[in-house]
Amino acid sequence: MSINKKNSDYLTSDLNNPKRESLRSGFGQGLLKVGQINPNVFALCADLTESTQMHLFKESFPERFVEIGIAEQNLVTVASGIAAMGKIPFVSSYAAFSPGRNWEQIRTTICLNDRPVKIVGSHSGISVGPDGATHQMLEDIALMRVLPNMVVIAPGDSVEALKATLMMSLDSRPNYIRLAREATPVIFEEEMPFKIGQAYTLLEGQDISLITTGTMTYHALRAAQELFKKGIDAEVVHVPTIKPLDEETILKSLKKTKIAITVEEGQMNAGFGSSICELASEKYPVPILRLGIKDRFGESGQPDQLLERFGLTYTNIIKQTISFINLTKKA
Amino acid sequence: MKHTLKQLETIANTIREDIISMLLAAGSGHSAGPLGLADIFTAFYFEILNHKPKDPNWEDRDILLLSNGHCIPVRYAAMANAGYFERSELKTLRKLDSRLQGHPERLRLDGLENTSGPLGSGLSQAAGMALVLKRSNNLKRRIYVICGDGELDEGNVWEAAMFVGKNKLSNLTLIIDRNNIQIDGFTEDVMPLEDLKAKWEAFGFKVLEINGNDIEAVIDACLMAKAIEEKPTAIIAHTIPGRGVDFMESDFNWHGKPPNKEQAQKALHELRTLGGKIRSEHQ
Repeated sequence: MSINKKNSDYLTSDLNNPKRESLRSGFGQGLLKVGQINPNVFALCADLTESTQMHLFKESFPERFVEIGIAEQNLVTVASGIAAMGKIPFVSSYAAFSPGRNWEQIRTTICLNDRPVKIVGSHSGISVGPDGATHQMLEDIALMRVLPNMVVIAPGDSVEALKATLMMSLDSRPNYIRLAREATPVIFEEEMPFKIGQAYTLLEGQDISLITTGTMTYHALRAAQELFKKGIDAEVVHVPTIKPLDEETILKSLKKTKIAITVEEGQMNAGFGSSICELASEKYPVPILRLGIKDRFGESGQPDQLLERFGLTYTNIIKQTISFINLTKKA
Repeated sequence: MKHTLKQLETIANTIREDIISMLLAAGSGHSAGPLGLADIFTAFYFEILNHKPKDPNWEDRDILLLSNGHCIPVRYAAMANAGYFERSELKTLRKLDSRLQGHPERLRLDGLENTSGPLGSGLSQAAGMALVLKRSNNLKRRIYVICGDGELDEGNVWEAAMFVGKNKLSNLTLIIDRNNIQIDGFTEDVMPLEDLKAKWEAFGFKVLEINGNDIEAVIDACLMAKAIEEKPTAIIAHTIPGRGVDFMESDFNWHGKPPNKEQAQKALHELRTLGGKIRSEHQ
């Protein structure tokens, strides 16, 4: 395993025993910072201020905080109006409700109307845990990535969530950022760069590309370490911006390894892995296995149990990598 | 007033003629709503709004949002007559490459303040705008939003109503086009709205009820709304759908269709002779 100095230098030294912090916490700190830097930033919430970590901003800038109540359609449309007056509104709720409930309003009043509203979907993925299927948003990537004009971001850890929040405040397009409830491993050092639209090759390898988004990148990194011991040299490409896709970085990896596995904590149908398959099938067709939730809803359980149940752990990535390499060799 | 009432009525009539001509040229679109709203749009573009047609993005302008985007022909006609663009462009409505899309798209035409079509989202966008002005103590500008009555079936409207009431957005005025029709029939049969006045009052609005086909009444109501500082105002403007064209008036079948050539000729003749009041077509 040769190491890409540039990106891998920013990985935390001990991936086997990482510090844990939630993505939403990184967002909350980022929003506070953005509020300090830019007086045009507003924050709107739908009765989940602390849960989505907007309370830090609210306490510091009450004159720029707007409580909407439990009304997600109003949340994004009021934000469209606020953006029309030259402001940059961040709107937060659970992803199941926003963009789950207000998709048409986002489509018409934000995307087609081109207003730079920043939609923050907290509590995405199966790892929401005990609350069960209603609250485990798995379809948000699919819903948001089909919208023209929308940028879709799924940060890998709290450090990146903070940076992404800063970069979103500077972006003139509508943005969606996907956050998770649970404290997840912090994989990046604070100096890790983040640019909207860029993918990062974190580990270089020759045998297979593990292309991942969100918190699944941690599992891919762990899997790559273990696979190396088994003689498989895996490359890890972290894709925090799902749309627009960094085609160059992804194609470069596919051209090298000629086989890939994608991993996401969401529906595979029309999701992140699908977008990689779309790219590959048109520009460099290679075998790709997708890991994610396969056309079903989640259920109650502890986050770790659920990730295990749905195969979204490094142990399963290891298993799937070995069998997929064998399968393609036979073919 | 910048114009006499007589002048305004003539403008409204011209706008109605333009609506008929546009819809005939387009071959599709909505007839009843736009005709019914011609007097309200005349009042706005020629008296109420503080705006500059040649500088549509002027930063101190008042903002008028159209929530029920399907009524856009009346706005295009009013804008053209007010000098935003040439009247000849009206004939491009709904055609390929036209700035005048079937439902309004802000990015295509300067002077449109929003993109609308799917119903129920105008009031909340207006609320966001009014909130920013209020929090920055900008007393110069006002926000107006026009919506349909059938549109009030949408839940988003009532989410917005609660929000506007809570924040006492007195710089926002909502005009409800109470024409009593929607696609499937009369509003009170499809989904009853009454007691509409009591509903808006319960949400914290001052409610004015007017004849929306009386230009002077529209101007007066907006002036009164301006003077009410403690709460937002909802103006229930009773209009006759299809107003000005006898065979279209109050018939919900004309909600979503354009006139054919023969019907358009009949309608234009009626408008040009002011319903038979004058003999020759051109005054």
